[in-house]
Amino acid sequence: MAITGKPDTDIIDKVLKGNQSAFAMLVEKYQNYVFTLVLRFTENREDAEEIAQDVFVKAYRSLADFRGDSKFSTWLFTIARTTCLSFLRKKRLDIQSLDNERTGLQVENRESGFNANLIEQKSKHAMLNRAITMLSPDDSQVLNLFYKGDQTLEEIGKIMRLDPNTVKVKLHRARQRLKDKMEKYFAHELREIHTD
Amino acid sequence: MLMSYGKYIRIKKVPNYRAETLFIKKNGMDQEIEKRLWEYIEGHCSAAEKAIIMQQISDDPVWNKKYTDLMSFQELLQKEELEVPSLRFTKNVMEDIAQYHVAPATKNYINKNVIRGIAGFFLAMIIGLCIYFVGQIHWSGSSTDNLVPAYTLDVSKLNWSKVLNNTYVNIFVGINVILGLILVDKFMQGKKKASRVGRWSEGDSA
Repeated sequence: MAITGKPDTDIIDKVLKGNQSAFAMLVEKYQNYVFTLVLRFTENREDAEEIAQDVFVKAYRSLADFRGDSKFSTWLFTIARTTCLSFLRKKRLDIQSLDNERTGLQVENRESGFNANLIEQKSKHAMLNRAITMLSPDDSQVLNLFYKGDQTLEEIGKIMRLDPNTVKVKLHRARQRLKDKMEKYFAHELREIHTD
Repeated sequence: MLMSYGKYIRIKKVPNYRAETLFIKKNGMDQEIEKRLWEYIEGHCSAAEKAIIMQQISDDPVWNKKYTDLMSFQELLQKEELEVPSLRFTKNVMEDIAQYHVAPATKNYINKNVIRGIAGFFLAMIIGLCIYFVGQIHWSGSSTDNLVPAYTLDVSKLNWSKVLNNTYVNIFVGINVILGLILVDKFMQGKKKASRVGRWSEGDSA
């Protein structure tokens, strides 16, 4: 699913000229992307909704600072990432990668909880979503931005303040980890997909 | 005891170390194939490399199977559904932003001259200090015995009083006092304004 519709710059111009209600178009267009991105950090729908709302309010207030030298989505996802990071800092949650032992433990805990619901997870997408929630926020964010957010390696680099080559390596590792998780916990479903 | 030989790890004194080595080697090869296939799928490889990989996929059943697996995985990732917030989400955001206005662009209210002034001040300080220190170095040496001239800088003998004399310190303290007074004045004015607004809004509600 690609991000399509009326050009963002037209909508932004309208908002900057005082048409506040035009901003609703941008909210409608990007709410799922932002919400999904935030949910990967919080794993709690209520918190995610609150943070996603905050992201849009911040974007609205600083809309005049959007220079248009990158895509609006890249700019918005950067706000989403920094908002999530400050939320995590406030909550003192660990956001380090899977290489970190503590995160590994957190993921193991998530995995054990998730096994109980395994029977209920039938659809491919539910399976994929469950596997993604088992990854570290950084890994799931890279995957989301690349596959869902229509962001290039360079744009992801801008959002995450990383070199595009580092993003490329991160993306490869994230995919590998996701594949490992899926093979470990959804081997049966994967076989079904391959036979389809 | 672990011994590393390039990419492989050999475990000594383990009876089936050969099997371990083979497993690690195979795993490394699998990852290398996957890495190259991902680059091919995403179009990040050169034309020559692309041709080689295409050939490998058609000739080698291992490559072919890996490619098919990765393609279905890629397809699954691309079709991944996004999470959807509550139906009231847009309404909530619009209600929130109704209280605010778009803030003026940062470049409009940050005076570039102020930034240039600050940068100039620090630059002048650094250059001044550098000139002073270079001036304090005692250059000596002869062209006959030494190619590199010897020089000495005794920090303990630096004449700090030239820099930290009464006039300069007084000017520095004076500027700081003035800046402090301006800040206090701004703070007090802000407080005054806030209390006025508070009184008006109380009057309105009454």
